[in-house]
Amino acid sequence: MNDVTTPTGSASAPGDSPTVVCDRVVIRYGDTLAVDRLSFTARAGEVLALLGPNGAGKTSTVEVLEGYRRVDSGSVRVLGLDPRDDHAVLVPAIGVMLQKGGVYPMLGPAQVLDLFSRYYDDPEDPAALLDQVGLGPVRRTPWRRLSGGEQQRLSLALALVGRPRVLFLDEPTAGVDPEGRIVVRDIIATQRDRGVCVILTTHELAEAERLADQVVIIDHGRTLAEGSPAELASGTADGSVRFTTDAGIDTAALAVAVGPGATLVEERPGAYRLQPPPGAASPAVVAALAGWLAERNLALGDLRTGQSLEEAYLAITGSRGEPEPTGPDGEADAEAEPGGGRRARRTRRARGARRARGARGARS
Amino acid sequence: MRPLVAQLRAEVTMIVTNGETVFLTLGIPVVFLLFFSAVHVLPTGTKHPVDFLVPGILALAIMSTAMTALGIGTGFERGYGVLKRLGATPLGRPRLLAAKIMSVIAIELVQAAVLVAVGYALGWTPGGPGGAGVLVGSAIGAMVLGTVAFGGVGLILAGTLKPLVNLAVVNGLFVVLLLLGGMLIPLGKLPGWLEGIAKVLPASALADALHGTLGHGTAVTARDWMVLVVWAVAAPIVAGLTFRWE
Repeated sequence: MNDVTTPTGSASAPGDSPTVVCDRVVIRYGDTLAVDRLSFTARAGEVLALLGPNGAGKTSTVEVLEGYRRVDSGSVRVLGLDPRDDHAVLVPAIGVMLQKGGVYPMLGPAQVLDLFSRYYDDPEDPAALLDQVGLGPVRRTPWRRLSGGEQQRLSLALALVGRPRVLFLDEPTAGVDPEGRIVVRDIIATQRDRGVCVILTTHELAEAERLADQVVIIDHGRTLAEGSPAELASGTADGSVRFTTDAGIDTAALAVAVGPGATLVEERPGAYRLQPPPGAASPAVVAALAGWLAERNLALGDLRTGQSLEEAYLAITGSRGEPEPTGPDGEADAEAEPGGGRRARRTRRARGARRARGARGARS
Repeated sequence: MRPLVAQLRAEVTMIVTNGETVFLTLGIPVVFLLFFSAVHVLPTGTKHPVDFLVPGILALAIMSTAMTALGIGTGFERGYGVLKRLGATPLGRPRLLAAKIMSVIAIELVQAAVLVAVGYALGWTPGGPGGAGVLVGSAIGAMVLGTVAFGGVGLILAGTLKPLVNLAVVNGLFVVLLLLGGMLIPLGKLPGWLEGIAKVLPASALADALHGTLGHGTAVTARDWMVLVVWAVAAPIVAGLTFRWE
């Protein structure tokens, strides 16, 4: 049972024991509490993202799972083993991508990948893997002369070369250019489809939303929320409905039409936010809205209920949830402009105002 | 075996493709040997400086590889997070350490071959002009102990200091031990108080042992054995206790 390298568990059906378990984990640095009773589980074929601002305790948590440090209390299990006590047994079955560094600076990708492949019994073909992460053209360039994105992709390849069953990726897309991000996302999706359990950290909402099946939002070492991106977004929804139509409509009249207690604000010319009466069901609200507009022959556009994970994240982390500077990643605009174009691509089903409250700043 | 062989090959590759390391481990010893054999500025106390220089510079070469090259390389690997990352591979610390030791020994064998060859070319007479016996076995024993001692010292610094501080300290220590170690300048030329300090350093014990065995044809003194053994035991233990992998 100790031979974790056999791939028998990779086809585990739902209901099997979880691949990664974090149970009320506490990590301290002197007097500082870095991680405070953090719990989550992840299964084979699942991508779990630890999402939170810098200093939230993400890296500490991952390093415990990788076996780099001990918990001060609580327990962790990876493939049913203790990452520290069973390190030698476990290590062939895990792939690790550190937040930065970790590679001999004077060696090129081909040399490093070949070296790492020889640590494992049944490695991936280094040359094929190098092409897969798009480093073929720079295979002989010393690591220190690679761009930040190339260094990240090499780190990812090094994490994959031993055919791991569990992948720990600390900020896998940080500093990676948009094209590189597509490569990284594709690889993570492929690994998940092969039954690999992927634990990754990110401070970027867009990445968590795109990559993860399960998101754990943490701040100050505590779980603030967890669930699928859709669950998280709807779980904190205030039930508001956003839509566009002609500018300058009679907002008071429309609010009355929707029901007593409804409020309607024109946020920008032609863009409205409707706060339905407490307890009102979304379909009824939307029907009332659509009917009122139809009577006046007004077009209804860009109708959305619920909110994106981005809004949920900001609502949950409050004032500290300021997006980090994202660096030269080409996606900063999506974060710098909450409610920008990206948001419009999805229409969510609001799950009712489960936590009826003003979303923004609720925790600050 | 496969991980160890691959790691050893990588370690040796990194040493021989790194210009600074090659200069440090081969360039400096060979240049010193050529220069001071031709230019009699050192107070070697002999008409054939090369007879004094070859054993002393062999000791220097061992110090340059086991302490300086190993210490600087390991310090940078630590700073770049390489050691941390290797901790999450099946390589394991014992094999990493074994590969490093074997790479140090491989470099030392090359150094010894080159220095002995250059020494003979310059007219070196092992055992001295008197033609006394050469104690090769004792010399090799002293070199092994010296390698372990210097390796331990290098790893103490590499495992505790930041890479650039480590670089400066290891290089500074190299120069200090070069001057105080009796490698180029006989200890008797130092002021008494300095000589007292120098005599308990691994550099002087190794140089003295090699001057005796390869120069004068005399056995290694009990004092030199003792100094070498103490350093060879203590330095790796301290390194093991203090080494921080991150």
